[in-house]
Amino acid sequence: MNNVVIIGNGVAGITAARHIRKGSDARITVIGSETEHFFSRTALMYIYMGHMTYEQTKPYEDWFWIKNRINLLFDHVSGIDTEARLLRLASGNAVGYDTLVLATGSQSNKFGWPGQDLDGVQGLYSMQDLRLMEQNTNDISSAVIVGGGLIGIEMAEMLHSRGIEVTFLVREDSYWNNILPPEESAMINRHILSHGIRLRLSTELAKILPDSAGRVRAVRSSDGDEIPCQFVGITAGVHPNIILCEGSEIATGRGILVNEYFETTIPNVFAIGDCAEIVATDGGRNRIEQLWYTAGMHGEALAAHLCGERKPYDRGILFNSAKFLDIEYQTYGYVPPVLDDVQTLYWEHPAGEQAIRIVYDQRDVVIGFNLMGIRYRHRVCERWIAEKKTVPYVLEHLGEGNFDPEFFVQSEQCLIDLWNRTHPERTLQLHRKRGLRRLAPARGQKKEMMA
Amino acid sequence: MKAMQIQIPAELRGHSYTESPIRKIGLALFGVGVLVFMIGATGAFASIPLLYSMLSLGVGTIGALLAILPGIGARKPGINHDGIMFSPWKNRRSVAWLLGILITAFYVTLYWFPSTLDHMVVAFDPLSWPLRGKAADRWFLYGTLYTLAVLIMGVRMLIKYRHSRYQTIRTISVMFFQLVFSLLIPGLLQLFNEPEFYFHYFWPLKYDYLFPSKLSSLFDGTHLAVFMGFWTLVMAFLATPVLTYFYGKRWYCSWVCGCGALAETLGDPWRQLSDKSLTAWRIERWMIHSVLVFAVVMTGLLWLNSAMEGAVLGGLSRGFSRTYGFAIGAMFSGVVGVGFYPLMGSRVWCRFGCPQAAILGIIQRYFSRFRITTNGEQCISCGNCSTYCEMGIDVRAYAQRGADIVRASCVGCGVCSSVCPRGVLNLENGPVDTRNI
Ligand SMILES: Cc1cc2nc3c(=O)[nH]c(=O)nc-3n(C[C@H](O)[C@H](O)[C@H](O)COP(=O)(O)OP(=O)(O)OC[C@H]3O[C@@H](n4cnc5c(N)ncnc54)[C@H](O)[C@@H]3O)c2cc1C
Ligand code: SF4
Ligand code: SF4
Repeated sequence: MNNVVIIGNGVAGITAARHIRKGSDARITVIGSETEHFFSRTALMYIYMGHMTYEQTKPYEDWFWIKNRINLLFDHVSGIDTEARLLRLASGNAVGYDTLVLATGSQSNKFGWPGQDLDGVQGLYSMQDLRLMEQNTNDISSAVIVGGGLIGIEMAEMLHSRGIEVTFLVREDSYWNNILPPEESAMINRHILSHGIRLRLSTELAKILPDSAGRVRAVRSSDGDEIPCQFVGITAGVHPNIILCEGSEIATGRGILVNEYFETTIPNVFAIGDCAEIVATDGGRNRIEQLWYTAGMHGEALAAHLCGERKPYDRGILFNSAKFLDIEYQTYGYVPPVLDDVQTLYWEHPAGEQAIRIVYDQRDVVIGFNLMGIRYRHRVCERWIAEKKTVPYVLEHLGEGNFDPEFFVQSEQCLIDLWNRTHPERTLQLHRKRGLRRLAPARGQKKEMMA
Repeated sequence: MKAMQIQIPAELRGHSYTESPIRKIGLALFGVGVLVFMIGATGAFASIPLLYSMLSLGVGTIGALLAILPGIGARKPGINHDGIMFSPWKNRRSVAWLLGILITAFYVTLYWFPSTLDHMVVAFDPLSWPLRGKAADRWFLYGTLYTLAVLIMGVRMLIKYRHSRYQTIRTISVMFFQLVFSLLIPGLLQLFNEPEFYFHYFWPLKYDYLFPSKLSSLFDGTHLAVFMGFWTLVMAFLATPVLTYFYGKRWYCSWVCGCGALAETLGDPWRQLSDKSLTAWRIERWMIHSVLVFAVVMTGLLWLNSAMEGAVLGGLSRGFSRTYGFAIGAMFSGVVGVGFYPLMGSRVWCRFGCPQAAILGIIQRYFSRFRITTNGEQCISCGNCSTYCEMGIDVRAYAQRGADIVRASCVGCGVCSSVCPRGVLNLENGPVDTRNI
């Protein structure tokens, strides 16, 4: 590995570049056509809402790349020649490589709805999309969002922050209930409505209607309603961006097929991040991981591999987080949307905007947590799950998990009470409140910074 | 292709906060109050201080509160930073420059053209007489306006962060210390002919509290004055290090200190303007530690001088401390520190110039149980924390690699933790060796 070229300056590509630099002296080039410098895609919404500027979404200052000899190329790759190990660029130039990393990310889904290509109809994935959204929503009064996932609710929040009336069409009968259990999902339904966003559940998009100038004028929903609007946000999920591989030797399925070392079917060509489809070795389903965290983990794992440490990728115990308007959500381990095959302890604050759910199996071993409007410690939850702690143990030690700021009211006792009411034969006591005492061994492993 | 050119909407529509008629009335009344106050400079109201006071300070305060209170109904409790980067007054645009010039002009008047204020101080007589038993002067004018700013903008803070108990309690704390320790107690002390003393300011922020002349005058005074002498010594040499060991510098900088009080209340709309670059951090370390060295050397020289009965500095000693008082006290903490709020953020003085912050910072960095914990790998590198850190700390740089934030300059305001959309950051105290640096 003397000449690594990475396509895509998103979090996967950039994390790979940073870690390859730490472990080797190779020549590193990162090609990206979205922005000149790496920015945080997760912060797109905050640019629109005026919380941050584009500059502030850049996790590293511009000198960082020069100092670490990571060569950035602001260009679009239009073709790959794996025989000659050559990339064709939109600018007309060509770039050679001996190791190629594909980190091309995702693209928004469109399902062939009538009118989906009208002016004023768009998805939200890239900086270009954001700029378009800025133009499309300048001076409008109402908008419709189609598709009830994480980007959908972000887009709804964005538009709402500008005082635009938002109707949010969700196909399912409760928001994001293919991931969230019923109570959490219901909480978010209520929360969306309480902000004045018109949530319409069990409603699909039938047709987008144009005005005489070819701009969106209204949306027809599956129940026949016509909702006037000047903007339609399509947020029906994303799919891996594999355009570059079409017509090349690199094998693709839904994404670019890789093994657990991120090797594609072509030697010295790797794929990481949203665009990779990790082929299952145990006969299970192939995995496409479309998260910020996993993209970074892919980059780090690949870099270790390229720098000589051959170890299969292991995602570890699942975790994720999001924020639904004002309600923060954290999840650790396994929390299925349908709870029939697991046991669960669920506490919700009477005001209905905070909740804790503990999921455990038939032997009382804790396998997952959901936190709504409450912060919990990643390392502690992870350790409990890894060490297969039982519910009584976890409940008695629950204070250790709490990560809310000082002075915030703690709710752990409520879960204990809940348990004690249903298990009079085995009543529990909360051992301690939150805080750092005795937590030292659970602290995160140290990561070196390059700067 | 230019990386990013997001168009700023001509006007942010739809926020009931900006649209509320009560808010408009409030802003108008505030304007009236300010105008009446300024007209008073001509001496037009010299004979009717109470009326002058009510029409300027009273109307202005009511107006400001009316402008702020509708914030409660405008939005559900939660982080509200909508539109800040488009705002003409929060993001170094037109209004910000105007405000910066106005506040700076006020400080210039206060320090160099005090006679301009001669007729305006009468507005403060109705408060000064009962409190201090004497007529108002320009410093009383300044102290009262300062306290009003902290209280009024403190109410704004309380509304903005009503979902966060940490921010609520902390804001009440700074408002309390400003009102009681900066205004009421020093005023009453004067009423009872005791030395005007600020129990919540210590050396080296109040550099003269350890000057030989000051200490000897306290120890030669009444019982209360002697207590003040002890208080000064105990706070500077014992309480400060101990409290900072347990809680970090926040126990002072964002809970007690008057400069912090103004920064955390009046300065909040501009906190995002602090410079986060590595270059700024370098300059910060040089400047703040130079000021500290200067303050220590000056105090030491003065003591040496008094021990040797004037042999070291001779007549220069007064000049020396005056120079410091002018350069640091007036120029830095006032003109640049507050005047530049709308341009450089709310903590310029605290970050670059305060010798107290320098000492607390050294203790915090090396010997304190305080740190900001990062929650595992939950950081999405969004940058909200860094953007809204008033001290210009690039919080994200630590959070995204899973390290704790242990920085000399962190004042523990907790805003990074409040604004983080993923619950990544928490201000905590624990055994020093568990800090994951
Ligand atoms: C609005 C939004 C919010 C999100 N919020 C979260 C969140 O809160 N938490 C979370 O876990 N995940 C979130 N995600 C998902 C997360 O951002 C992605 O999983 C992650 O960015 C994927 O990183 P990546 O590096 O694989 O791809 P990307 O970030 O998509 O980067 C790929 C880059 O490659 C460039 N590229 C592609 N093809 C070419 C080519 N031929 N030539 C040159 N350049 C090319 C693209 O322009 C792009 O810049 C969010 C996504 C969006 C859109
Ligand atoms: S605000 Fe939170 S998620 Fe965003 S960069 Fe800071 S620590 Fe990370
Ligand atoms: S790091 Fe956080 S707590 Fe410290 S000063 Fe900055 S915003 Fe405040």
